[in-house]
Amino acid sequence: MYVYDAFDRKLVTERVNDFRDQVARRLSGELTEEEFKPLRLMNGVYLQLHAYMLRIAIPYGTLSSLQLRQLARVARKYDRGYGHFTTRQNIQFHWIKLAELPDAMAELASVGMHGMQTSGNNVRNITTDQWAGVAPDEIADPRIWAELIRQHVTLHPEFSFMPRKFKIAVGASHHDRAALRIHDLALRLHRNAAGETGFEVMVGGGLGRTPYLALTIKPFLPTRDVLSYVEAVLRTYNQFGRRDNIWKARIKILVHDLGAETFAKEVDTEWQSIKDGALALDRAVVTEIAGRFRYPAYEKLDDSPKELAQARHDDRRFDAWVKNCVTNHKVPGYAIVTLSLKPEGGTPGDATAAQMDEIAGLADRYSFGEIRVGHEQNLVLPHIAQRDLPALWRALDAIGLALPNVNSITDIISCPGLDYCSLANARSIPIAQEITRRFRDLDTQRELGRLHINISGCINACGHHHVGHIGILGVEKNGEEFYQITLGGKADENATLGTLIGPAVPFAQVADVVEDIAAAYLALRQRPDELFIDTVKRTGIEPFRERVYAAR
Amino acid sequence: MTSPLDQKKIKITGPAVVTANRVGDGAVVYRSPDGGWTTELDGAAIATDAAIARTLVAAASGDDLNAIGPYVAPVKLLPGGGVWPGNLRELIRHGGPTIELPPVLGA
Amino acid sequence: MPLVENGQVVPDRYVYVGEDEPIPDRVPVIVPAKRFLDNADALIGRDGSLGVAWPNDRRVAELAPWLGHLALVALQFPKFRDGRAYSQARLLRETYGFGGTLRATGDVLRDQFQFLVRAGFNSFEVRKPADAGVFAEAVRRYSVFYQASADGSVPAQRRRLQRTAAGDP
Repeated sequence: MYVYDAFDRKLVTERVNDFRDQVARRLSGELTEEEFKPLRLMNGVYLQLHAYMLRIAIPYGTLSSLQLRQLARVARKYDRGYGHFTTRQNIQFHWIKLAELPDAMAELASVGMHGMQTSGNNVRNITTDQWAGVAPDEIADPRIWAELIRQHVTLHPEFSFMPRKFKIAVGASHHDRAALRIHDLALRLHRNAAGETGFEVMVGGGLGRTPYLALTIKPFLPTRDVLSYVEAVLRTYNQFGRRDNIWKARIKILVHDLGAETFAKEVDTEWQSIKDGALALDRAVVTEIAGRFRYPAYEKLDDSPKELAQARHDDRRFDAWVKNCVTNHKVPGYAIVTLSLKPEGGTPGDATAAQMDEIAGLADRYSFGEIRVGHEQNLVLPHIAQRDLPALWRALDAIGLALPNVNSITDIISCPGLDYCSLANARSIPIAQEITRRFRDLDTQRELGRLHINISGCINACGHHHVGHIGILGVEKNGEEFYQITLGGKADENATLGTLIGPAVPFAQVADVVEDIAAAYLALRQRPDELFIDTVKRTGIEPFRERVYAAR
Repeated sequence: MTSPLDQKKIKITGPAVVTANRVGDGAVVYRSPDGGWTTELDGAAIATDAAIARTLVAAASGDDLNAIGPYVAPVKLLPGGGVWPGNLRELIRHGGPTIELPPVLGA
Repeated sequence: MPLVENGQVVPDRYVYVGEDEPIPDRVPVIVPAKRFLDNADALIGRDGSLGVAWPNDRRVAELAPWLGHLALVALQFPKFRDGRAYSQARLLRETYGFGGTLRATGDVLRDQFQFLVRAGFNSFEVRKPADAGVFAEAVRRYSVFYQASADGSVPAQRRRLQRTAAGDP
C-alpha cells in the first residue's frame, strides 16, 4: 500500500491547521455559516439531521491496520463508538462536534488520513476495485494511477469550485468491480491490439434524478497522457458545466446535451494544447509513485494446502464460509477474504470501534496489515495465506464477522437514509434490516444465489438503487414513506439501469414485496443456476410486476 | 420527508415551531420564547399563524452564531399539555435515529 | 473594496469605465469586454494602460489575439463558488502566455487567496477589508502543492525527484 512521505504528511497537516483556523473563525462569528459551509464541505464536514457528519477519505479503499485502529480511536473518543463505510469507499462518523473536529482531524492526519474533498464541488475520493493489486484478472494495479490522479486533483487551484462534485473511478480488469459506468469519469486500464497499456476513457455517468451511464469518449489513451487528459476533461467541465440549476450541474448533463462526439472534440482541443507540457507523465514519476506502493513479501506457497481441504471437509460451516467469502488471489497459496458488514438486523456497512480494532489485529496477523473497503460496504482482507484460512475463520466467527452472505440477498447496499440524512425522504436502514430478517435462513440465501439489493432514501441515489438487481427508492407521499421498486439494474461491465415495476409501496410492505420477487424468481428460473439478474433479463419485469401487484 | 430547508413561502396549517441545528455540535434545537434556543420541544415558542412563524424565523435567521438553517416545523399540541413533533422527519430529529445504535459503553 | 497587490493594500491606479462613459486620457482604464471588442484598435492606440474586464462565461480565446496590447485583464467571481475564472486565468497565463496584471474581482474572499495566486492572479479586489490585511498570511498557509501551476511553485513530485536524485531517502 501507498506510503505517505514527508510531502504528503505536510500537506495534510497544513490542511488541518487551515481548518482549525476556519472553525475558530466560525465559532467567533467572524465567518458566517454561508461563508463557512463551502470550507467545511471541502473537508468532508456535513450537517445532517442530528449532528455534524465527518466523511474521511479512504483512497481507493486501502487501509493499513494502523489507520483502522486510529479510526476506531476517533470513533470512541469523538463519536459514538462506530463508523459507517460508504458506497464510495469512504468512512463516515455521524456525531462529531464542530469544536472537536480539528482535533479529530489532527489525530487522523497523524496516520495520513483526512476528509479533503470528500464533499464540495471538487474531485472526490477516487475509487477502484477492492481487489486491486491482488485480483488474478487485472492487468496492473489500478491504485497507482488512482494515486497519481488523487495527488494531482488534491487542492487543485483550478478545480476546487466546479459546477458540482466530480467522481472518478479506475479499473484494470475486464470484469468491472468498481462500477465504472456510474462515474463522472472512469478509466479502464487495458491492453490494445498492439499490446500497449492504456485507458479506455468514459465520461458522463451518474445516478440521481437523471441517471446516465458513462459514454466512451476515447477508446485508448496511452498512460503517459492520463493526467493531461483528465485535466482537459475537468477544464471543459469547469468552464461549460451548468451552474444555473443544481439538478443539471453534473458533467453527465453536459455530455448528454452536447453529445459524446462534440464533448470529446471539445476535450481533445484543450488536450492537444497541454498534452506535451508539464502534465505528460515521464517514467520517473510513475516509477516513483509505484515504488511507494509496498507489496507484501509473499511466501512461496502451494495452492490448496491439504490442511485447508481437511478443514473444509471437517466443518460444514467453515466450508460454507470458504465458498462464500473467499476468492482466488493472483499469488499462489494466497486468498482474498471478504468480511460481511451485513449482519442480520444490522445497519449495512457499520462497524463498531471494537470490531475495527479486532479486524486491525487480524489484518496484522494474517493480512500483512492491510484491509480494503469495497463500494458494496463490506471489508476485505486481501493477503491471506490459504493455510491460515481455518484460523482466520475461527477468529472471525468468534466476533460475528464470518457471516457467509456476501453477494446474497441480505448483502444489502444502503445509504443512511432519513434516520441520519437531511436530504432523505424516507428511511432506508429499517427496510434493509427487515429484509435481512425475512431472509435470515442461509439455505434460502444460497438457494437465491447472487442477488444485489440497493436501497436509497432519496433521489440522490447514494445507495445506487438504479443499478441494483432489486432497487428500492424511498419517496414521500402525503407525509408517509413509500418505496419505488426497480428490477434488472447492474453495476458491472454490462451496466444497466433498473426498470420501475409499478406504483410505490408503503413502508410496511417493502419486505413482503421482496419476498414476492424472490418467490417469482424461484418459480420462473429455467435452472437452479440461472442467476436472478439473468432471469429478469430473460423474462422482463412483467411476470414480476404481476406477482407483486396482484394483491396490492 | 421533503426537505423544508428550501421553504420560500411559509404556510402553516396548525401549530408550528422554529427549529434549527446548534452550531457547536449540530444538535437539534428549537427557538424559545426568550429568543434563545432549547433542545426541549416543550420549551419552544409556538407559532399559531404564518405571520408569527415568519417573525420567529426571521429573528432566528439572524442568529447565525448559535444556530444554522432555521425553518418552520409543524408540531402537535397534546391533550394533556406538552408538544410533539408534527411529522416523521421532525419525529426523527427530535428522538434520534429510529434504529438501535451500538451501545456506547464498551464500544 | 481594497485592492491587494504584492501582499499589501495598494491604491488602484485603474479607473473602471462603463459601456458609454467617456474614457479619460492617459489614465489606466479597465473597459468592459463588449466595448473593448467593438473598439479594439482605437483603444489599443490610445495613450494609457489598457485593461479589459472579461466575463466568466465567455472563452478567453476571443481575447487572446490582443493580449500583447493589454496591461491588465480583470476576471469575475460573481460568487466565490463560481470557479470558472480559475480556468480562464490558467488559460491566459499558461496557454496564451499573458504576462500582464491578472485581477480577481467580485466575491473574492481570503479562503480563496491561495487558489487564486496559484491560478495566476496577481491583483485582488478583496470583498472584505479585514481579509485584505491577512492576505500575506493566507497565501503562506500551504507550502506543499501537488500541482505545477502558474505561480511557479514547485510541485511535490518534482521536489521528490530532486530529493531522490540528490540521494536523500
